[in-house]
Amino acid sequence: MDAIIENLPRFIDGFLMTLRLLVISGAGALVLGTIVAAMRISPVAAFRGFATVYTELLRNTPLTLILFFCAFVLPILDVDFDYVTFALIGLTFYTSPFVAEAVRSGVNGVPVGQAEAARAIGLDFRQTLGAVVLPQAIRMVIPPLINVLIALTKNTSVAGGFAVVELFATSRQIVQLRGDEVIPIMLGIAVLYLVITVPLGQFAGALERKVAVLR
Amino acid sequence: MTSVLYDVPGPKARRRSLLISIVGGLVILGGLAAVVLVLAAPRVNAGGVETPGMFDPSRWDILLDRALWRTILQRGLLATLQMAAVAAVGALVLGVLLSMARTARTPFVRIPAIVVIEFLRGMPVLLLMLFTLLVFSTGAYWAGVIGLVLYNGAIIGEALRAGINSLPRGQRESGLAIGLTPLQTRFSIEFPQAFRQMLPIIIAQLVVLLKDTSLASIIGYQELLNIGLRQATTTFGSRYLFTLFFVVLAVYLAVNLLLSWFARLLARRTASGRGGRRTKQAARVVQQLGGAGMAGTQLPVTFDDRSGEAFHSGSGFDGGSGGGGGEGGGNAS
Repeated sequence: MDAIIENLPRFIDGFLMTLRLLVISGAGALVLGTIVAAMRISPVAAFRGFATVYTELLRNTPLTLILFFCAFVLPILDVDFDYVTFALIGLTFYTSPFVAEAVRSGVNGVPVGQAEAARAIGLDFRQTLGAVVLPQAIRMVIPPLINVLIALTKNTSVAGGFAVVELFATSRQIVQLRGDEVIPIMLGIAVLYLVITVPLGQFAGALERKVAVLR
Repeated sequence: MTSVLYDVPGPKARRRSLLISIVGGLVILGGLAAVVLVLAAPRVNAGGVETPGMFDPSRWDILLDRALWRTILQRGLLATLQMAAVAAVGALVLGVLLSMARTARTPFVRIPAIVVIEFLRGMPVLLLMLFTLLVFSTGAYWAGVIGLVLYNGAIIGEALRAGINSLPRGQRESGLAIGLTPLQTRFSIEFPQAFRQMLPIIIAQLVVLLKDTSLASIIGYQELLNIGLRQATTTFGSRYLFTLFFVVLAVYLAVNLLLSWFARLLARRTASGRGGRRTKQAARVVQQLGGAGMAGTQLPVTFDDRSGEAFHSGSGFDGGSGGGGGEGGGNAS
């Protein structure tokens, strides 16, 4: 136990870095993903094609490879950032197609009959979208989006392999200092991940039950 | 059916959407061309030495080198596939065991199983690998395999459980009624159906597993990423880093897209059968359970793709041109 107590500041620093990666790249991915999703369902064929290729390519590339690109290939292209920024860029881009798919499936999940009914009672385009379609779509999108964020939390650990000192890298450092207490240290790190992921999961579940649309 | 949200567009609106389509296409092409030009330009480093652009032949001539392909395909890809295959078998076995334990009737088995599954699903795969490496000092290969087995086993276990739960109750009851023991019922009646129903999801998870073998490069296993990028860059020279990156990327994409395509094909085939709707429901259950890693969101996508197509040909919630996808596609060509 004393390995954890004497290294508490490191644990906290790592935890904060993981949180920082999660919050910033999560926000970035939400914005980017929503744009891609809008392109994917837009009537403009060129946008739709681009968004489809973008989604397929990024989703099938390992995150490790993307972070490798950010950390080692971008610098030879004269892009100069620190490793944290590179990791943020990589995580944002990697997460964005998953956000896009969640958003898209939510919007697609609203049955056509809903819009038809709204039109039938005389609502115009703006009213149909604002009062009938979007409120339902948002409810269906939020729980899967939270699941994407949970996955992102776990994926921040990959940044630990690319010179960013977050929880995973912290665990390696501390184990090097205190090789005699590997198990308590790893469990401590595990708990810190669970501190983020479990409440998020509970929140998603609760939200799902609360906003579930009965059809 | 044309658009639901607004009236059928007239000639003016159609012309406008054609215009947007062309302009949008030009903007995207322009952006790509700009990236290519920037990459192709020779750059001068701090010492005033000019290095050739990224598309200079001197950077790509290794593609003709047999040794490179031997390194990447024979050693790198093989190591990756080997780890994925072993881990996939392990994950399937663990998944079956966990789903058994999770659906057991005695709480003494069920509750620990729930805790273990939830714990494993909440952990980064990388941390599971590192834990195995440090605590059991197994070497990088087995640490990678065990990390992947633990994580994906938990996900596959939940998928199987959702599959079993989605079966009609009569299946189990009739099995018991003809005198099979509960275990026999499970293995000869429930599992085959659940497995078949969940096959697309399980394959999608195996694609994730294949992608995640690259995590083992971080704990030092020599697989495609390490051999094809780090080692090959040392062997062939750092000026090839950019080229090697694209070669490795292409190999990963080829393998993953092939598997994804296969999963989608399978999803379409099973969905057209009797179990289609139930598979979809079960897929939603898995998604709601919220494990499945980032690519867990890949699972329902296999199914959504169809609704996406239906969406384009039909409902058209999207603004602009009337006929949704079909119309837009016609405009661009």
